[in-house]
Amino acid sequence: MTGQAHAGRPNKLFRNLNSKIASIPMILTALVIFLGGTLWTVVYSFTNSKLLPRLQFVGLDQYDRLWDAPRWIMSIQNLAIYGILSLIFSVVIGFLLAALMDQKIRFENTFRTIFLYPFALSFIVTGLVWQWILNPDFGVQSIVRSLGWTTFTFNPLYDADIVIYGVLIAGLWQGTGLVMCLLLAGLRGIDEDIWKASRVDGIPVWRTYLFIIIPMMRPVFITTLVIITSGIVRLYDLVVAQTSGGPGIASEVPAKYVYDYMFQAQNLGQGFAASTMMLLTVAIVIIPWAYLEFGGKKRG
Amino acid sequence: MANSVSPNLPKTSAAMPIPAGPGPIGRLGPGPTGAKPRRTFSGRNIMLYGALIFFALYYLLPLYVMIVTSLKGMPEIRMGNIFSPPMEITFEPWVKAWATACTGLNCDGLSRGFWNSVRITVPSTLISILIASVNGYALANWRFKGADLFFTILIVGAFVPYQVMIYPIVIVLRELGIYGTLSGLVIVHTIFGMPILTLLFRNYFTSLPEELFKAARIDGAGFWQIYLRIMLPMSLPIFVVAMILQITGIWNDFLFGVVFTRPEYYPMTVQLNNIVNSVQGVKEYNVNMAATLLTGAVPLFVYFVSGRLFVRGIAAGAVKG
Repeated sequence: MTGQAHAGRPNKLFRNLNSKIASIPMILTALVIFLGGTLWTVVYSFTNSKLLPRLQFVGLDQYDRLWDAPRWIMSIQNLAIYGILSLIFSVVIGFLLAALMDQKIRFENTFRTIFLYPFALSFIVTGLVWQWILNPDFGVQSIVRSLGWTTFTFNPLYDADIVIYGVLIAGLWQGTGLVMCLLLAGLRGIDEDIWKASRVDGIPVWRTYLFIIIPMMRPVFITTLVIITSGIVRLYDLVVAQTSGGPGIASEVPAKYVYDYMFQAQNLGQGFAASTMMLLTVAIVIIPWAYLEFGGKKRG
Repeated sequence: MANSVSPNLPKTSAAMPIPAGPGPIGRLGPGPTGAKPRRTFSGRNIMLYGALIFFALYYLLPLYVMIVTSLKGMPEIRMGNIFSPPMEITFEPWVKAWATACTGLNCDGLSRGFWNSVRITVPSTLISILIASVNGYALANWRFKGADLFFTILIVGAFVPYQVMIYPIVIVLRELGIYGTLSGLVIVHTIFGMPILTLLFRNYFTSLPEELFKAARIDGAGFWQIYLRIMLPMSLPIFVVAMILQITGIWNDFLFGVVFTRPEYYPMTVQLNNIVNSVQGVKEYNVNMAATLLTGAVPLFVYFVSGRLFVRGIAAGAVKG
């Protein structure tokens, strides 16, 4: 296998040949699509490609145009609001649920099934259901009004100022179950003796969670945050289904900007520049984490 | 990374909760580690179950709304509220959603999208699992020089936003002459399923006892023989986990369906979105909700049937990277 190579010189390339043949799809995907495709997009983001990709470099023009576009600014703002709130709420709610589930409750499987099922549904389904629930004429708003509070207004999908919160509600409904599952697995990894010791010392449960358990679960939290973040940057289907970016451009997101410019506005350069910015966003989160996770340690 | 990730799978599965059956919960095996409950009807328990039930109702609400809306007639929807149960149950919206709902000029309902999704999901699932399991096997047992580098690129690539790689793939598929076809989409799903599946299989095969592999080597078995006659039969559970992961993931995909296929091959999610969000015509909310439920039915079915294995697949997905 990996042993120190002392085989005859002529067949070095052919050692372990079957394994190399079997890995061709992986090698091609890694090199051509993941590495090559990413580099290609980054390089072409510096060109003035319109309908077809052309290697005519224009420096940072596309980026200037991008950051001058109100729609892009709106997209970035929305992503920031959605991202930060989604991180906070999904971790808080997810941890709360996980802690509740970890109290030696009955029907744990039933509760877990209920909390997690939205995660099995697509963002399209999620977006359409919440579009219906938040419908101002039939949904939550009309029901509260019919109960007597006639001036009640909760109309996120048609109010440009709060539309992103409407998307957030749907996104949280879909994703918190996953966070709960990850954190619950983390909680189960905590040694029971910790709990015994803290009980003996008379530390209140909430303090034990806050000052002992949560710090101990740091790796789980970091992994969870990375997973949520990489999902947030990709936010696309949910917005398409729930609001189509509207009203106006009020709920646009970067992934939708990229798609629209690449495949509808026939302005490839803009699409490439915008997707490179998305890549940069992810890189800011991933690289420090990957460095901590992969760096230093050498695999045996 | 091997240190932190590879033991994770078996550990996670072992950490699955013990069944919540009647009677006192035993202390056997790893179970919940939280504070100990005192009495059955203590104030603490009422708070605890109250909170759990509150959350459960919130999570169930949309499913309930979908079901009741899809069973009502349009007049009832217009007067009533979305939470009230139907006064008169009708299955007409379901029939219409399945057979005659319109997208643009086509009025043959969601059934077309359903069959497209089947034709996309089945080959994509099989091919991606086949390739990824062989990859994982090669990485676990037949590591060659540079293998880890490719694997690292693959895993890091899993975090790159799809939007960055879409257009280069369009060009590659166009050069191959399969852009817009089902086989093109199958390749795309295979590519993007590869990181997580390869990781899943690599970790699983690494966790198998190495003596087995060595014994087979001494007996003269080669690469494919060991894979087919030892690894494959020993790892059926992980194949099921991978299938659950892929079926739900591919069925729920929207972006690739839109980008890489022509309208006649649109998968169910894309067609659903086109039906519900079409601007022309009167909005038929009951048909829309029936269509939404129909689209969600397949992954929900997989989820409810697979139960714990689904959670295990998620836990595996969680350690990607």
